[in-house]
Amino acid sequence: MKILVLISNVPDTTTKVRFTGDNTSFDDAGVQWIINPWDELALTRAMELKEAGGVDKITVANVGEKTTEPTLRKALAVGADDAIRVDVPAKDAYFVARQLAEVAKDYDLILAGIEASDYNGNAVGGMLAEMLGFNSVSAVSGISINGDKFTVNREIDGGSQVLSITGPLVAIVQKGIAKEPRIPAMRGIMMARKKPLNIVAAVDTHEKTSYASYELPAPKAACKMVDEENTKELITLLHEEAKVL
Amino acid sequence: MSILVYTENWDGKFKKLSFELVSYAAAIAKEMGSSVTALSVGDVADDELNKLANYGASKVLKLEDDRFGSLDNKALSKAVAAAANKEGAKVVVFAHDNLGKALAPRVSVKLDAGLVSGVTALPSSFDPFVIKKKVFTGKAFANVQINADIKVITLSQNSFELVETGGSAAIEAFDAAVDDADFNTVVNETNKITGKVLLSDAEIVISGGRGMKSGDNWGGLEELADLLGAGMACSRPVSDEGWRSHTEHVGQTGKIIAPNLYFAFGISGAIQHLGGVSSSKVIVAINKDPEAPIFEAADYGIVGDVFKVIPQLIEGVKAM
Repeated sequence: MKILVLISNVPDTTTKVRFTGDNTSFDDAGVQWIINPWDELALTRAMELKEAGGVDKITVANVGEKTTEPTLRKALAVGADDAIRVDVPAKDAYFVARQLAEVAKDYDLILAGIEASDYNGNAVGGMLAEMLGFNSVSAVSGISINGDKFTVNREIDGGSQVLSITGPLVAIVQKGIAKEPRIPAMRGIMMARKKPLNIVAAVDTHEKTSYASYELPAPKAACKMVDEENTKELITLLHEEAKVL
Repeated sequence: MSILVYTENWDGKFKKLSFELVSYAAAIAKEMGSSVTALSVGDVADDELNKLANYGASKVLKLEDDRFGSLDNKALSKAVAAAANKEGAKVVVFAHDNLGKALAPRVSVKLDAGLVSGVTALPSSFDPFVIKKKVFTGKAFANVQINADIKVITLSQNSFELVETGGSAAIEAFDAAVDDADFNTVVNETNKITGKVLLSDAEIVISGGRGMKSGDNWGGLEELADLLGAGMACSRPVSDEGWRSHTEHVGQTGKIIAPNLYFAFGISGAIQHLGGVSSSKVIVAINKDPEAPIFEAADYGIVGDVFKVIPQLIEGVKAM
C-alpha cells in the first residue's frame, strides 16, 4: 500500500496577520512557514500506519515554489520516504487540486488536512477525490487499515460514526487523527537530506476564484469590567444591554 | 435558473441552520431575479418540508432513498450535482458544517463551479460575483471573486438572520439516478450526542480553559450550560490534557464557532484560541489575570476566581 500525504506550507499559527498593497496581498515579511497543523497530524498517522505494517511507502506532496522546500524537507525528516513538489505558485484550491490530481493517481490512500490554516478552504481533499473518482470521507478523526478496506472514524453533525470504506480513498482529517505531531529527530533531519524530492512541472489549468481584497476585523470596543463580587450586574448587562440572555 | 440549497434534517426535523440557508438563498435569489429550490435528503414529512417555504423556498426536491443514510460523499455529491443540473442552479448553498464541507468541493468539481467556503455575508457584488469569507482562521476576511458561471458556497454558522417570508412550495419527488456501485461507505456504528446542545447549533457557548485546573471541576459549567441551553466547549490545553473530549476544542486547530454569546472561563486567550471564537457576537471573559489577552477580545469581563464566580452566576441565572 502506498500513502500520499498532502502538505500545505502555511504561516506559523502565531503570525500576526497583515496585508500590503492597499489590502490586496498578504504581507509575508518576517513570516515563519510551517507544515499546516492538520497535515502534520495526517503525516504522523501515516507514520503510525507504516509502523504497524502493510504500508510500503509514504510520499508527501506540495504545490508551490522552491521557497516551500524547507517545509517538504521537514516532512521528510519526520519520516516520509520521498516528496513531490509541483513547481508552480499555488493559486486557488481548484488549481492546487488539479495539479495534485496529476501526481496522486497511483496511491491507495491520500491523507489531506481538513483545511489549511491560512485560506481555510476546506476544499483540496474533496476536489482531488472527485477529480480522481476516489471515495472520500471528511472530518476523519481515526483511520486504520483493515484488509482491503479502511476503518474510519468520522465526526458527523451531532455525533460520530465508525465506517468501513473501500479504497482508493481520500481521508480528509481533523483533530484526533493522531495524538501529537511528531518532531523530527536529528537522525531524521540528516536522513531527509538524502531522500528524493522530485520536482514536477505544472499542468496548464486556470483558477476559478481570485482574492480581490482583504479586511481585518473591526477593532473591539474596550472590555466592560464587572466586579467579582457583583456578578448579578453581568447578568443584567447581558440581558438588558447586549440582549443576548 | 435557480439557487439550490442543500438542507439538513435530524430525524426528520430540519435544523435551524437549514432555515438560515434558505433565508440566505432567498436574499441572493431576489438580487439575481431567481428562485430558491431546496433539496431535502431523507424521510421528512410534507408539513415539515413546507416550513422551508416560510423562509423563501418556492420548490422542494424530496430525495427519499435509504442508501443515502450512510452519507456516502461520492454518491451524495452526485445526487446534489444532478439536482443542480436539473434546476439550472447558478448558485449552490451548503452549510459550513461537517457535511457541507465534505460535499461542496466534490459538487463544485462536478459542476465546473467556483467554490468559496466559510462565507459570512451576502455577495457584495453579483457581476463580478464577489463574496466575503473568513481567512487566517478568523484573524481576517477576504473578498473573493468567483470567475465561473456556477458558484458553490458554504455559509458560516450564525452569519445570516432568519427571514420569514410566508408562501408555499411545490414539493416534488426527486430521483437522483444513482446506483448501488456509487455507494461504498458502510456505517458500522453511530454515536449520536444526545441530551446536549450541539456546539455547532448553540447560540450560547460555555467554555473553560486551563484555569479550570483539572478534569474534575466542570460540574458548575455543565450546570450553567444546562440552565442556559448552552453548548460546552474548551481550549486546546484542556483537550490535550484529556480533561474534555477533543470534539469540544474551539480554536485555530479545533472548531471555529460564532455563537451569540461566548463565555470564556479561565481561558487566557492565546491568538490561536481567539481565532476560533472571535466571530462570536458577545464574548464574556472570567480570568484571574487582569493582563490576560482574552480581555482585549472580550466585551464584558470579570477579573476573579472562576470557582467563586461560577456558583454566583448559576444563582443569578436561576433567579432570572
